Formats: sequence, C-alpha cells, structure tokens
Amino acid sequence: MASKLTTSNAAGWAFALPGFGLICLFIVVPFFLAFALSLTNQRLISPNPTEYVGFANYKSLLSLAVITLEPERDEAGEIVRAEDGTLVYPRVRTITRNPDFPEYRGMREWFRWHSGDNARVVVAADVVFMKALVNTLTFALVIAPGQGGLALLLALLINQRLRGINIFRTIYFMPVVVSIVVVSLLWRFIYDGNDGLLNNILSSLTFGLFEPIDWLGRTDTALGSIIAMSIWQAVGFHMVIWLAGLQTISPTLYEVAQIEGASKWQTFRYVTWPGLRNTAVLVLIVITMQAFALFAQIDVMTNGGPLDSTQTLVFQAVERGYGKQDISGGSTISVVLFLIVLTISLIQRYLTRERS
Amino acid sequence: MAVVSQDNRGLRLAVRYLVLALVAIVFMFPLVFMIISSLKPTQQLLSDTASMRAFLPVGDISLDNYFAAFARAPVELFVFNSILITVITVSASIFLCSLAAFSFVYLNWRGSGLVLSIALATLIIPFETIAIPLLLFVSRLPWIGMNGIEIGWLNTYHVQIIPWIADALTIFLFVQYFKDLPGELVEAARAEGASWWQIYRKVVMPLSGPVLATAAILKSLKMYNEQYLWPLIVVQDEAHRPIMVGLGYFFQLDVAWGEVMAYLSVITVPVLVFYLVLQRAFIASIASTGVKG
Repeated sequence: MASKLTTSNAAGWAFALPGFGLICLFIVVPFFLAFALSLTNQRLISPNPTEYVGFANYKSLLSLAVITLEPERDEAGEIVRAEDGTLVYPRVRTITRNPDFPEYRGMREWFRWHSGDNARVVVAADVVFMKALVNTLTFALVIAPGQGGLALLLALLINQRLRGINIFRTIYFMPVVVSIVVVSLLWRFIYDGNDGLLNNILSSLTFGLFEPIDWLGRTDTALGSIIAMSIWQAVGFHMVIWLAGLQTISPTLYEVAQIEGASKWQTFRYVTWPGLRNTAVLVLIVITMQAFALFAQIDVMTNGGPLDSTQTLVFQAVERGYGKQDISGGSTISVVLFLIVLTISLIQRYLTRERS
Repeated sequence: MAVVSQDNRGLRLAVRYLVLALVAIVFMFPLVFMIISSLKPTQQLLSDTASMRAFLPVGDISLDNYFAAFARAPVELFVFNSILITVITVSASIFLCSLAAFSFVYLNWRGSGLVLSIALATLIIPFETIAIPLLLFVSRLPWIGMNGIEIGWLNTYHVQIIPWIADALTIFLFVQYFKDLPGELVEAARAEGASWWQIYRKVVMPLSGPVLATAAILKSLKMYNEQYLWPLIVVQDEAHRPIMVGLGYFFQLDVAWGEVMAYLSVITVPVLVFYLVLQRAFIASIASTGVKG
C-alpha cells in the first residue's frame, strides 16, 4: 500500500489518538517521570514535600573509590604477620568512618586485591547495587550468545526434512507458553538440594558418584542455575525466529552450493549465515533486553540470595521503589538500567550493521 | 556397495531421531513431572524423586491435591481475575491498536509519520524500567467509581488493564500487515463514498484474520502468563489478585508441594491444551514478529 489517498487530519487523529494517547500516558510519561524522580527524594507516601536533590541519588548509587591499605607495622617498623603468616591490615571502617576522609563516608568494601605488601580495597557507596549490576551484566552476557546460539542449533536441527519433525518442533517450543513464574517454581523443586530431581538424575547417571549440590543455595551455582533454567524456558521462542529466517533463504542458493561441492560447514558459513544477518540482530537485541529485565526468576527462586549472588537491577529497583517505598531510589536504578539497555542495543546495532 | 550405503542411511536416520528425542526429553520432563506429581500425596511425591517413578503415575494417585489447593486458596477467584483481565485487555488492545495502525497506513494526516515513530520508539523501553515511576503515577490518578471521584488506582482491575492496552508491538504488527494489503480495495471503497470507519470495519478488518490471530495470541500470553511484577506492586488485596501472584498462598511455613503442583497444573494445562490445538497459529505468530522486524 503505497499511495495515501487524501489528507484527512481530523479522522486520522481521531483513529490514532486512543491508542497513541494510552502509550503516551502509560509509557512515555512514566519514562520521563523516571528521570525527573531520580533527581528528587520522592517517596510513595510521605508527609514531607518532595525536594529537588540534584544528582545525590546517583552519587549514593554509583560512587566508587579505591583505598590503598598498608599493612600494620609494629613499633620497630616491621610488618606484623598473623599466626598463619598473612599480613594484617587496618580495618576499612577506620577510613570510611574517619572524619579526615569525608569523601569515603558511608562506603563499604566491595572487593579487594593485593599489590606488593599493600591491599587495594574497592569501596562502593552501594555494594548491593554493584553486585546487582555485575550479576545483571553477567546474566545478559552469558544468555545472549548462549540462548541465541542454542536456539540456532535447535532451528537447524528442526529444519531437516524428516517425517514427524513437527512433533519435535511442537515439543521444543512448549516451555515458551508456560509462565516463567510457573517454570521458576518447578525448577526450584528440580534444583532442590535434598529431594531435587536434578541431583537424583545426575546421581543415577554417574552410578552414585555425584555429590548432591544445593544448586540455588550456593553462591557459585545459584546464578548459573537461573541462567540454565531461563534458557530452557525461552530458547524455543528464538528457535522459531531463526526458523523463520532460515526459510527466507532461497533454496536455489543451497542447490548452487551443492553443485559447487561445498561442505556442510561451508554451506552454513557462506549461504546460511549471511542470510540470517537481520535475524541475528533481532534475536540478540530481544534476548538482551529481556535479560536486563530479569526479575520473576529471582523473586520466586532466591530473593537475590545467597549473599546477594543473584541480586539484579530490576529486583533492586523493586525492592527500593516498592519494598522501601523509596520511589526516587527505584527510579534512579531504572534510569541506569535503561541507559545500559540503550547503549547495548546501539552497540549491537553498530556491530551487526550492513557492511557496504 | 549399495547395501552398505543403505545401512548407513538407516543408521544415520536412527541417530537423527535419537538426538531429536533426547532433546525432546529435556524440554518435556519438568512439565510431565509437574502434572504427574500433582496427582500424588506430598510424601510420596518427595520420595519418588529418587527414581523414574517421579515421571510415572504410580502409587497413591488421586485428585486430593486439587481439592486441597482449592480449599487453601480462592483459586477459582484468581483464575477468574486473570481471565477477566486478559480478555478485556486483549480485546481493547486489538481494537485500539488496529485503529491506530489503520490511521497511520491509510489516512495521510499531518504528523502521522512522527507520531508513529514516537509510538514505535517505545519498543526500546522495557516495562521493568518504568514500573516504579508508573506505580507512583497510578497511585495519584483519579477514577470515577461507585462513590464518586476517588484518587488512586491501586487494588483494582483497571490498574491491571488500562496501562497494558496499547503497546508498540501490536501497532507494529498491524502496520506491517496493512501495508501489504492491496490498497486498491480501500481506494475503491473510498471512491464509492464509504466513510473511514466503514472502510476499517467492512473492508480492512475482515481481511485481517492472520494478524488478528497473531496479536491475540501474543497479547494473551503476555497478560495471562507474564503478569507478575506489576500486580505484585499494585494489588495487595485478594479480590483483584491474578493467578501468578496467587501462588504466594502456597508458600506459608511448610510447603505442600503436592498442592503447589496441583495449582501449577490448573493454571498451566489449559494454556498447553490451547497451544497444542492451535500450535500452527502460535508458532506462526512468534515467527511473524521476527521476519519483518
């Protein structure tokens, strides 16, 4: 439909306004509200008037510093060692609570490393937020290529001409129509440390050699377990998108490749993959955006624990904005989250742009 | 020679099916486990996880968990709420978004391009980034109810419906579809003096079956399955709670897993049945969000 018929301003507005108005009211307005609220001390319910506080919320969220600690020395200037031979350092709070260093006030240790005899300590104004940031980025960085790649493998698997292939396609896609809340609860049971299905399956596959693991209760396995489950739930969605992309590639190209004697890998590399470029961009962006929205799995399975190892940005935003009724704090996290999503989408678009 | 290659082909075919079947097991086992477990007493459910019995309807099989779940929580109310919210939102969404898309594609009004761009730009805003400011916003919005004007939309049906009606993806799907329709039909109708409303109603919509199915499926899944974060923060009372939030009932003190599995089955099996019956339409609807994007 190329030709537009007549100019029809009144009817045009009348038809578009209800839908567009709702988008403005419930997406555009809160979007700008997030920016505005992040510069205030707004609370959900408060007897005090709201005040403009500038970038104070961002400062109390994002401030980072590196403190160098020298090891403790005795009167003679010798380095003091603990009984096990390790160096002894002054406690970080001697600096963060020291009136001589107001710039570090209220900060807490995030992590530290050693250089020579000195310890370098990274202190953050909001350690939980920093952990949430790192977890969310990790989640997105693992799940975008992981889920996208697995989905492509499944699409290639299902794109074969075999009798009954549709049955398998139907099964692979099935978890997509199950709510992530339901899936998270089911997998909480599967991942359980005592009666969990996964431990029992692994144990019987290895004839009892496998030691049961409390998958969601350990800091080193919790986030990975949630990643695996999230891929299981959503991979069928992107399999279908890849499949649609595969079917737009002209069969004659495959015929030519066969006549030219191309190997399977060469056919994939020079025929299939170039034809999937646009699909790849879409799949990556969609998975990344969904990854940054990670919330339900955390809320149902771990509540951010153990030891904040599954904290995420959205979970933190909700905990503050709703749990603590700190609307401005929640909005600040939301703005940071949006800026990250925007930056990553732009980078992905740039990296996968058409090369002319 | 010929015999060997024949054998080879048979073997390779068997390997292919084996791979396909193993992958299928990975995708099926949690759902099979859920449904089977919902029929077992919690004690047996837990002990069965040690063997293949976890996936077999053996032992003490009954619907007791279902009765217990309905007794513990007002399950029928939660299901009713979710279906009500889904049906109203999906219908309103399809109507208003198709109307807007119709306007963007066929009515050449000043600024339509810009307005469409603004609408589509909101695709980049994840709901999770506006949930908190939106919470404050709806808590201050007025509503005309039974008792005159009230302030605040919290703990209502409409707070779960109205913000979700219009969305960029649905508008986008209709715009793409309308662009591919033959414009001559609209031109002819216009030449015969039909009004824009008549053209929308009598010419364009009757041709829009596929995109209607796509929009309805995607939006229904979103409203029924994915409404969790938003109702969690705007609905505290039981009367308006949807199914996904109603799950909280089953996690007090010690968890009766048999009842949990029964509740999960009650809210999931109808969707699975819908999917199995309409699977071509489901898969086509997901595919259509990709190809043209």
